[in-house]
Amino acid sequence: MMLSGWGQFPKHEATEVAPRTEEAIKERVALGKAIPRGNGRAYGDSAVSSTNTINMRHFDRMISFDETTGQLVAETGVLAADIIAAFLPRGWFLSVTPGTKFVTLGGLIAADVHGKNHHVVGGFGNFVDWIDIMGADGQVMRCDRSTNAETFAWTIGGMGLTGVILRAGIRLLRVESGWIRQTTIPTKNLEDTMDAFERSNGATYSVAWIDCLSRGARQGRSLLILGEHAGLADLDNKRAEKPFDTRSKRSLSVPFHLPSVLMNGATVRAFNSLYYWNGCRNAGESLVDWDSYFYPLDAILDWNRIYGKRGFAQFQCVLPLDASRAGMAVLLREVARAGAGSFLAVLKRLGPQDSRISFPMEGYTLALDFPVKPRTLKLMKTLDAITIDHGGRFYLAKDSRMQADTLRLSDDRIDGFTQMRSSNAYNTAFQSEQAKRLKI
Amino acid sequence: MKNKAVLVLGARSDMARAIALAFAQAGHRIQLAARNADNLSGDRDDIALRHNVDVTIHDFDVLDTPSFDGFIQALPELPHIVICAVGLMGEQEENARDMTAASRVMRSNFEGPALILSEFANRFESRGSGTLVGISSVAGDRGRATNYIYGSSKAGFTAFLSGLRNRLAKKGVHVVTVLPGFVATKMTEGMDLPEKLTAAPEEVATAVRRAVEVKRNVIYTRPIWRLVMFIIRAIPESIFKKLNI
Repeated sequence: MMLSGWGQFPKHEATEVAPRTEEAIKERVALGKAIPRGNGRAYGDSAVSSTNTINMRHFDRMISFDETTGQLVAETGVLAADIIAAFLPRGWFLSVTPGTKFVTLGGLIAADVHGKNHHVVGGFGNFVDWIDIMGADGQVMRCDRSTNAETFAWTIGGMGLTGVILRAGIRLLRVESGWIRQTTIPTKNLEDTMDAFERSNGATYSVAWIDCLSRGARQGRSLLILGEHAGLADLDNKRAEKPFDTRSKRSLSVPFHLPSVLMNGATVRAFNSLYYWNGCRNAGESLVDWDSYFYPLDAILDWNRIYGKRGFAQFQCVLPLDASRAGMAVLLREVARAGAGSFLAVLKRLGPQDSRISFPMEGYTLALDFPVKPRTLKLMKTLDAITIDHGGRFYLAKDSRMQADTLRLSDDRIDGFTQMRSSNAYNTAFQSEQAKRLKI
Repeated sequence: MKNKAVLVLGARSDMARAIALAFAQAGHRIQLAARNADNLSGDRDDIALRHNVDVTIHDFDVLDTPSFDGFIQALPELPHIVICAVGLMGEQEENARDMTAASRVMRSNFEGPALILSEFANRFESRGSGTLVGISSVAGDRGRATNYIYGSSKAGFTAFLSGLRNRLAKKGVHVVTVLPGFVATKMTEGMDLPEKLTAAPEEVATAVRRAVEVKRNVIYTRPIWRLVMFIIRAIPESIFKKLNI
């Protein structure tokens, strides 16, 4: 069967099995070149092995929950959406969440995802107490920060290349309601946007949607969106009565691949302008339900089809803080010049992170997506080079087209990772198409 | 309707687990029954944790009919809703050659399920309330060369449910017949099934819960199967016998 990630590019002819027992996973691992796959929400080929993809969907049981510590123990095929459905009504939320709830616990750990609160709390890995992981020999090992600490450290953000994570203990966050107090701040240009970010460093959540097609004095104009979990005191009486009851929304679905001509410079420019002006109209404070705040795109199922059958590619880099202003300006100029702006361009201030192989570092991250075309692939190469010039690096969960030497130029931790992989025989046991392409 | 005890027979299958989760989500207490119930403890904990309801597990062997009375006595309470999701497809070729294999399929799909539901039917009748749900199959709508041992036993079960419904209609007891078409489960793993005709277990589960809530009699999942089977039943036997379907 043809297998790909969320971006539907690249597509590989691949073998995929969905084991139901640990013994069956062990048999697959023994075949070599295995890669575990969750819900397939990594954009590229991170969770595709042409010969041995292990789908973890049958490992989706929750095991225990401790009301005092907020520790949930679950199998790694459990979806973030399931965790929210089960625990938000009891006053708990994910401590860190990416922009989709349709991601598995295994995926959250393997990509060490960051959320809109990274500048305050760091990555998802900070909330993982322990993991059970099956290594190259098929043995299952309990790892945490003191026992098997090396394996633990490399697995957080290790993209499934250190074994199959079977179970994990993670800590949830206490919340008083399912509502978010949202503040929208329109900004005029990139400088203004970054100033606003720095002024908002105390906000729990922050992210900016950035109009990547505006140029000149308006380059980098954005809607900076801040958020705080609403306490009971922030709610009116009616909402405070049922603070977790935030009416479930109907979801729309993109029923088929839209023709890719729909995504052209003119439509994207129009959309970006409309979105910006609409945001300006609604500037200020509002109360938003958790689903609309954290997962606006989840409301449109299969939204990846809007880019047509050839699929799309994400570009996401992070630049160190001292190079961010200059570097982001160059990146945005290049995108605007190419006229290949993406519907979804996101800028976010990241906090410091000390980890073996995870993506985040203190600075600014920019995420863009483009329909796959020779022109956009060329543009992304240019963006790669600009990133490297400014000391930045790339997010493997989004990557689908980078080259091995680009990765090495951007990240001096890669050689350590490959050495670690070969000394544990992980390099023969576990390999995704991405790892093959990037020679990890 | 909330806080009722729901018994799921044959609880190890993908469809049964999805059904148990769907009823737990609506706030019902769940009793899971299957052979070697011990290894259902993972499912028990999962369902209890997700939906904050009581879940118990019970040993149940559909082929061991003499044990049925004791099984029912040992339940923590007489359930209000019983869902029989027991089923065995077997291999048609083996079933056609080997009497033991065929008998096992027939007993697992018809004799056992019908007898256990009979036991509950009598108790529900004297109580004057309850719902019985039988998961049968569209394969019972017409016998085909490729699975007529399985299909005929499901046909028997469908007819049984129909009769039971007729008997209990005025006694406050409701009977639901569920006729799934293709469902993506362990039973069908590896088969090349048409996407439009194949339901996810969760889809069947939601349909079953809905059918219980609004007292539907016979449901097809997906509903398109009602039309498909209508056409298949309408083909004259003289033509049907020559077809490869």
